[in-house]
Amino acid sequence: MNNFRHPNKFGAHRLLSVLLITLALCACGDSGPEPVQGSVLNRGTGEEPESLDMHKAASTSAGDVQRDLGEGLLGFTPDGELRAAAAERWTISDDGREYTFWLRPNARWSNGDPVTAEDFVYSFRRLVDPKTAALYVKSVGSIENAGAIIAGELTPDSLGVSAIGRYEFRVRLEHVVPYFLSLLTHPSTFPVHRGSVETYGAAHARPGNLVSNGAYKLRDWQLGSHIELVRNEYYWNNAATAIDRVVHFVSPEPMAELNRYRAGELDTTHTIPPESFRQMIEERPDEVRTSPSLAVNYYGFNMTKPKFGENPKLREALSMAIDRETIANEVMGRGEAPAYGWVPDGTANYTPRRFSYANLPKDERQRKARQLFREAGYGEENPLTIELRYNTSNVHQRIAAAVQAMWRDVLGVETKLVNEEFQVMLQNIVQKEVTEVFRLNWSGDYNDAHTFLSTLESDNPSNLTGYHSEEFDSLMDRAARQTDPDRRKVFLAEAESVVLRDNPVIPLYFYVNKSMVSKRVRGWGDNVLNYHYSQHLRLTTEE
Amino acid sequence: MLRYALLRILGAIPTLLLVIAIAFLMVHAAPGGPFDSERRLPPEIEANIERAYHLDESLPQQFVRYLKSAVRGDLGPSFRYREFTVSEVIGGAIPITMKIGSLAIVLALVLGIGVGITAGLRRNTFLDRLVTGVAMIGISVPVFVFAPLMVLVFAVTWKWLPASYAGSSGADRLIMPVIALALPQIAYIARLTRASLIDVMNSDFVRTARAQGLRTTSIIRYHALKPTMLPLVSYLGPAFAAVLTGSVVVEQVFGIPGVGRFLVTSATNRDYTLVLGITIFYAAMVIALNLVVDVFYAFLDPRIRRQ
Repeated sequence: MNNFRHPNKFGAHRLLSVLLITLALCACGDSGPEPVQGSVLNRGTGEEPESLDMHKAASTSAGDVQRDLGEGLLGFTPDGELRAAAAERWTISDDGREYTFWLRPNARWSNGDPVTAEDFVYSFRRLVDPKTAALYVKSVGSIENAGAIIAGELTPDSLGVSAIGRYEFRVRLEHVVPYFLSLLTHPSTFPVHRGSVETYGAAHARPGNLVSNGAYKLRDWQLGSHIELVRNEYYWNNAATAIDRVVHFVSPEPMAELNRYRAGELDTTHTIPPESFRQMIEERPDEVRTSPSLAVNYYGFNMTKPKFGENPKLREALSMAIDRETIANEVMGRGEAPAYGWVPDGTANYTPRRFSYANLPKDERQRKARQLFREAGYGEENPLTIELRYNTSNVHQRIAAAVQAMWRDVLGVETKLVNEEFQVMLQNIVQKEVTEVFRLNWSGDYNDAHTFLSTLESDNPSNLTGYHSEEFDSLMDRAARQTDPDRRKVFLAEAESVVLRDNPVIPLYFYVNKSMVSKRVRGWGDNVLNYHYSQHLRLTTEE
Repeated sequence: MLRYALLRILGAIPTLLLVIAIAFLMVHAAPGGPFDSERRLPPEIEANIERAYHLDESLPQQFVRYLKSAVRGDLGPSFRYREFTVSEVIGGAIPITMKIGSLAIVLALVLGIGVGITAGLRRNTFLDRLVTGVAMIGISVPVFVFAPLMVLVFAVTWKWLPASYAGSSGADRLIMPVIALALPQIAYIARLTRASLIDVMNSDFVRTARAQGLRTTSIIRYHALKPTMLPLVSYLGPAFAAVLTGSVVVEQVFGIPGVGRFLVTSATNRDYTLVLGITIFYAAMVIALNLVVDVFYAFLDPRIRRQ
């Protein structure tokens, strides 16, 4: 009976104690954002920034952090007006191609070094240097020789930038760019600290290495969790900075972010999920902040398909049959504006054009759409089937289903919905082989009509419809050569009219910026670009 | 035993290589690339970026380059997080995922075994049915339903616990993620233990022990518990792997900077090197866990040792 001795080598109580010890050990040694003295702002920042190197990032979340860390020649006020930043003043030559900036002599890097014109020369050259492999070069693409340097035909030192004196920085453009000053608010044009880049190379933007010239400096970056910034005592306007520490929390899931906000862990969110918007308006009306956004959600036609490319009446009929009010107000319902044009309202120095039928009653519009559809050669005897492609997402699925119903009810069109993961869809759109109608959006890089209209120029890589109009290109070209802002505006508006006549795209709605902002945060300005510099904010004790 | 373990470790090398090769091919076969967006880059800029990241080389060249550096322990730079290497990204995330995963397994074992034994000994009573029913719910309700519900109740409404991992620096931030991860496992382990215990209690040697006059507690403690654990041990390997991969959802909901979250984002970002790095980590984990389970099994069951 050997089996019946009492071995107890693996007794249950021993197992239990081992497990409990493991539990106890695991629970210790956690490290989160360390508590420090002073005021702290906790921001939800959305996706994790891909980089804090001014020349290697292109995402909006990276931009939000970089605008706290660095400072370009110009910046924005909380309301979205251009303001002097690292440059205290500037002049523009009569031909509109030469810009001279006078830097602030009291501007300092976070290590105390002065910010000089040489820093800007070095940074602009680094940005266009092919070795840097920067994603966002177009901000300086109009500077003399930039194109040839990017293409590897000239060396970076031939770029049209120079340091006239210690604090005098000059830029020469290849052609007039009326919105050039607003480009200088983009983080890709912020200076990088030469000494750090030369010492640490690609690792210069990491905590402990990064030397920045903005209101804050980098203290910590926990991947997947948060980026922590603290006040830069050397910043020239440090006295005006109210908040000592800013923590940008990575919050890619809007619902999880909102829960964190409601639990009091965040002071601001980067968005509000559609399913909770109305609830938030009811429960916390004072904390919901919305403002028009420089972004449009649209359906594009694959113009290389003769079915669409050679049938303008069909494109117009399909566009006209969509009830944009229903999509903006019922399907979305967060303050989105129905898009009856390509350039959003609120775009600086511009009066957007709108479809001629924008103000027609719905019935009249639908009648006209049906007539155009018949003239396009379709009807009961010749029914049309369309494939509509969108990236997998609840919102886009709901919009596609609504459009599918509208096309069926108004025109009798059969629509096949295809949803794909974003990158897969993008590849299909770029290849232009299987795609018929696709969903995309465009958000403005700068506050100018050009950022929207230029995406439809024949040679623009971001023109994914394959739209090619010599009339449109020529108007855009004439606008680009204008030094008189009023005349330029006329050419741009005419170009937009051509797009609205040709219908290569169906604009659906203009986005709206939406954030939850705690009552204790003051100084939050609503602006179309959705830029909210932490240095403009302050905290009160009110809850 | 040592020789057996060594052979198993050596045998894992070709498996790992195969996993790397398949993952490499799959991630490169996926449409789109790490630098693609609706903002298309001019060709010359695209060429500069591809050159900088060696994406202009042929696939076999890229594979050999990757393998050469991976063998040296260098998993390359992340394509997405440009200031970090893959080793740094994973290195920071592994301890967090492991910590939460281990705690969840410990909790699942303690509660699952306890509940399972209780139910098994009181077979067909009300308590047994209640436990079995609750366990069924635990298995059926998905984590993505349960976890946000917990946040809503305990963090948003009652404010007892932090809504996210980053919302606190104390151990309280682990409570909800660990419970969310452990719950399905508790249910599964309880059912497994119950079934196994019933089976063992009906076996010949238990009947003999009873005939010899041993008390039930002694029978369970000294004779029945060990064989009851056998199916549980073979389940532990897959369970731990399930907890690690199951953490994908939990990490999203609670904002935990763990490996699971990076696995999802790296795939959608087409961060080739990070996808590969995490795949290697998961593959190595599964291989190692299976090995541990096999060794442990031999330790528990003398019949296997003799073989």
